[in-house]
Amino acid sequence: MAGVFLSILPTMQYTLLALSSPSDGQCLLTAVRVADAIIRRGHQLDTVFFSDAATTIGLATLCMPQDEIAIQRQWQRLAADHAVELVLCVASAIQRGVAGTDELPSDSKLHPTLAEGFRIGGLGQLISATHAADRVLTFGG
Amino acid sequence: MQKKQLLFVLQHAPLGASLARAGVDTVLAYAAFDQPVSVLFSGAGVLQLAPGADCQRVGRRDLRRMIDSMPLYDIDQVFVDAVALSAYGLSHDLPHFVKAVDADAIRELHARCDHILSF
Repeated sequence: MAGVFLSILPTMQYTLLALSSPSDGQCLLTAVRVADAIIRRGHQLDTVFFSDAATTIGLATLCMPQDEIAIQRQWQRLAADHAVELVLCVASAIQRGVAGTDELPSDSKLHPTLAEGFRIGGLGQLISATHAADRVLTFGG
Repeated sequence: MQKKQLLFVLQHAPLGASLARAGVDTVLAYAAFDQPVSVLFSGAGVLQLAPGADCQRVGRRDLRRMIDSMPLYDIDQVFVDAVALSAYGLSHDLPHFVKAVDADAIRELHARCDHILSF
């Protein structure tokens, strides 16, 4: 029966590309809600790629006003609950001060600023994620 | 597995935000990885094609020069929305490899590509 059901509702592989800053409009909130809906409908979501201003979502010191939604925590929960990879474009991230241990020189006295649940990666990862995807959605372009 | 056809829609002005630069960087990265890409400049994005902007004076890299290098990356499917082009009054000294297209051609371009990424 499962096969019959699947033939009516084929499972799709999704990739999301996010471009706008978490503090600038509701784009990243919409994106995380769409991501959640994709998974709840039984589709696949392996990678969300953050580029340009969206990379500040991975800044460990990010703190939204108390009367607004803690958008970073929503993404972290999505990653933890559903093994979704949250990848920040390295070029965009470092020019906004988002750096993991690998992005800092080994003798640096600076501390990494990358928040838990996020990874820093190259455009190659966006390329392979869009290549594998049936659907690619851009948020904030 | 067959390579996916990607269309990049570049719709933001070259200065004032970094999104235009991020778009062109991404296009060039895809091409460097031998991915078939098409590019469509639309809306305020047509301003990226305007000649003579001295971006260095505002501390930015010259985006038009990066766009001019697209043929070196074997990117030959580069289009611009003809309506936007005339709305912004651009007609001279555009990159020679960019083709102006009408709404029907844009619809056809959308239909032909597997994925559309907009910057």
